[in-house]
Amino acid sequence: MTAAFPANAFVPTAYRVIRQRREMRDVATLELSAAAGELPTFAPGQFNMLYAFGVGEVAISVSGDPGNRGRFVHTLRAVGAVSTALARLEAGQMLGLRGPFGTGWPMTAAVGSDLVIIAGGLGLAPLRPALYHLLSHRADYGGITVLYGTRHPRDILYRREIERWRRRLDLDIEITVDHADRAWHGHVGVVPALIPRAAIDPENTFALVCGPEAMMRFTVAGLRDAGLAPERIYLSMERNMKCALGLCGRCQFGPTFICKDGPVMRFDRILQIFATREI
Amino acid sequence: MEGLDSILAEQPFFAALEPELSKIVSGCARNRRFDAGSYIFHEGDDADEFYLIRHGRVALEMVAPGQAPVVFNTLGSGDILGASWLVPPYKWMFDARAVELTRAVGIDAKCLRGKCEADHHLGYEMMKRFLPVFVRRLHATRLQILDVYGKRGK
Repeated sequence: MTAAFPANAFVPTAYRVIRQRREMRDVATLELSAAAGELPTFAPGQFNMLYAFGVGEVAISVSGDPGNRGRFVHTLRAVGAVSTALARLEAGQMLGLRGPFGTGWPMTAAVGSDLVIIAGGLGLAPLRPALYHLLSHRADYGGITVLYGTRHPRDILYRREIERWRRRLDLDIEITVDHADRAWHGHVGVVPALIPRAAIDPENTFALVCGPEAMMRFTVAGLRDAGLAPERIYLSMERNMKCALGLCGRCQFGPTFICKDGPVMRFDRILQIFATREI
Repeated sequence: MEGLDSILAEQPFFAALEPELSKIVSGCARNRRFDAGSYIFHEGDDADEFYLIRHGRVALEMVAPGQAPVVFNTLGSGDILGASWLVPPYKWMFDARAVELTRAVGIDAKCLRGKCEADHHLGYEMMKRFLPVFVRRLHATRLQILDVYGKRGK
C-alpha cells in the first residue's frame, strides 16, 4: 500500500515559541509560529508531533483557535522527559514540529444539532479548538453544553477563558471537581454525574468526549443511559505514538491506529474493544 | 398550593409510580426549606428523614480532627439526599449543608419504612428506585477515588 504522505512528513519543521503560559505547576501552554513559511491549517481535534531537540518527540493535540492561522497552540503536562523539556521552553526558544495529523471532531456532521462537550482534566485542551469553532459559527449549531471535571478548583484549565464563556447566554458550562474545600461553591463529584442533569435530547445531540480513559468509560456509560446512540458519541483516544503516520504500529488500537484513524474516533467503531484490557 | 403527591409525581425519581403508592409516600412527606449555609443534618444524628431535593445545592462533608471539612459530593435538583435511613442503626455518616437556598421534600424515614414493611409491593417499588441511585453513586465514588487527573499525589 502506498501512503499519500507529504514528502516532509517525517521531517520536523522549526517553530519558535512566541509565548509560554504556565497554566499549573506542571502544565504549560505554548504558542508557536513557524520559523519560516506558512502555518498549515488544522481541524479541531488533530495533533502535532512536537520535538524537543535532543530529547525526543511527543504527540500533543492542538488546543488553539483554528481560525487563528498565525500560530499553533499546545497545552501539555510535564510527565516524561520530552514533555518536561517542552514544558520548560520559554518565549524565543525553538522546537521541531510535524503535523497536523489525525482525525478531527465531527464539526460538519454536527451542524444543526446540539452538542455536549465533556472534558476531564487536560482533556479540555483537545476540545478547545472545537469550542472556538462552535462559538465562531454559533448560528450553525443548536444548544451547546460543556461539562468539565477536574481534580480540584485550583486545577481548572483555561480559568479566565471559562469565566468569559460562562457569561455567554448561548453556552451552558458546568464544572465539577473531585475534591474541594468549603470555599468552592460549585459541583463536587465526577463529571459523568453531571450528564443526567444536562438537558440532552438524545436524538439530536452529538457528544464530544476527551479525558483519561477511565473517565471516558464512565462518561460513555452515562451518555448511553441518557439515550445517545454510539454513532453520536466521539472520543479522543490516546496512545504513545512514534511515526504519527500509521506505519510503525506503536499506537495500534485493535485493528486501527490512533494516529491516522484517530485520535478522534466514533464510539460505534471502537465499541467492541473500548473496554478491552491490553489493547 | 401544589399537593405533595403531585410534587412527587413530577420528580423523575418517582416517575411511573402508581398513584395509590404515590399517595402513600406523600403521606410521609413534608415540604422543607434550608437557607444557604444551614446544616440539614450532622454526622451521628438520627437518620429519621431523607430528602428529595427540588431546588438548590447541598454539599456532603466529612470532618477529620484538626482539618477543614472536606466536601466529597454535591447534590442538586432531583437528587435523593441520604441512604442511612435504610439500614440500622439509622445514623448519618456525614454532614449535609445547603450551599444555597434549598427546597426539598422531606420524607419521614420511620413512616416510610413501616409502610414498606406493611406493603411489600410499595417496598419493592421503592427499592427499584433507590438501588440504581446508590449503584450509580458507588460507581462514581470508584471513579473519584481512582484520582484519574494528572499525576498521583500532586
